[in-house]
Amino acid sequence: MAGVAVSTTINGDNVEFLCQPDETLLDVLRDRLGLTGAKEGCGTGDCGACSIILDDRLVCSCLVLGAEAEGRHVETIEGMAHGDRLHPLQQKFLEHAALQCGVCTPGFLMAAKDLLAKNPDPTEEEIRFGLAGNLCRCTGYDKIVRAVQDAASVMKGA
Amino acid sequence: MRYIRPLSIEDAAGLLAGSAGTAAILAGGSDLLVRMKGGFIEPDLIVDIKAIDGLGEIRETAEGFSIGAAVPCAVLGENTALQKAWPGVVEAAKLIGSKQVQGRCTIVGNLCNASPAADSVPALVAAGAKAVVVGPGTRRTIAVEAVPTGPGKTSLAKGEIVEAILLDSRLPRSGDAYLRFIPRTEMDIAVVSAGVNLTLDEQGRVKSARLALGAVAPTVILVEEAAEVLIGSKLDEATLERLAKVCSGACRPIDDKRGTIEFRRKVAGVLAKRAATTAYARAGGK
Repeated sequence: MAGVAVSTTINGDNVEFLCQPDETLLDVLRDRLGLTGAKEGCGTGDCGACSIILDDRLVCSCLVLGAEAEGRHVETIEGMAHGDRLHPLQQKFLEHAALQCGVCTPGFLMAAKDLLAKNPDPTEEEIRFGLAGNLCRCTGYDKIVRAVQDAASVMKGA
Repeated sequence: MRYIRPLSIEDAAGLLAGSAGTAAILAGGSDLLVRMKGGFIEPDLIVDIKAIDGLGEIRETAEGFSIGAAVPCAVLGENTALQKAWPGVVEAAKLIGSKQVQGRCTIVGNLCNASPAADSVPALVAAGAKAVVVGPGTRRTIAVEAVPTGPGKTSLAKGEIVEAILLDSRLPRSGDAYLRFIPRTEMDIAVVSAGVNLTLDEQGRVKSARLALGAVAPTVILVEEAAEVLIGSKLDEATLERLAKVCSGACRPIDDKRGTIEFRRKVAGVLAKRAATTAYARAGGK
């Protein structure tokens, strides 16, 4: 089966890859490009563990074909920290112990980043609503919400 | 499997019509990719319509709004003119899925997926929305309720694509609303839903009305008797009681794990009353 040649931008870098026409962007990121931060939880858009930002929209990469990335801008969790300097959201997730097993964490961080980019001062309800597409099965949501609130106040002051 | 991203609607229709095996249209993919993953469909051809000029836009025209087939529901919520004119349609579209799904899912996809429980469809039917259907060398405009014919089935022929949804510009003193019942607070499939669209006269009496119910029959249903009950009224208590009765009676629901027939009938009446009350207030009725 012939592959589809795709030219795209991932975390600011020009990237070219070949993929199968029915291959998801999640599989391309993980299996072809070595970007294993996005996780496959459900594979059907319910859990948010594979969340990425595609042209300024938060999406589940399991519900995007790799071929669809042509000419678009993809942001993944790997682009969040600058070298050793963590993004305030990552720092606050650590400080608030807003993770245990960590499988949902990259998705939560991307969703929280998208939320704060569009609404820098969200209420608790807006945070809970904004993160409702991300499931966590071990930490629970309170610590995550507090980490996002704390990060929002740090980022506003920055 | 082949993946093609045509640049014109004519090419897209031609590709779909000329394909030998199973062909699928890809816009947001929030239904298609799930069905592929589950093994329910194995397309030989995927036609991605997102590169087609104009399909990703909401256009405001003299007649009203044209919402392209590739416009994600999140964009409907961000369009203030649309939100002001058709708040019921927008609130229904915004209920579909999570933030992640909102960035991808479309109302045309919601319509063509033909689920009886599709959230945007009762609101679109109540709004009197129309679908622009393009085929190879053909173009027709039909009522949205003529698209789904049963669960997962549509009246579209091979090669036909819904290019856009049309909504009329608003008459004065008009309002619409959509409500659904789900057992949790967010992100679930409607057990019962209701969309209502009203226009009032200068005295605040209902001049025209459309009411549609979802998840209570094989397709979303337009309840014409409900309009008859509402027209001429100011939504007094007796009218609302009659409305609930008519709506409960119009249901042809199934029993399933999400709701019994009896429950769905009762809730259809309750939601119809509440959605009508909201639509009436949005139209400026007191």
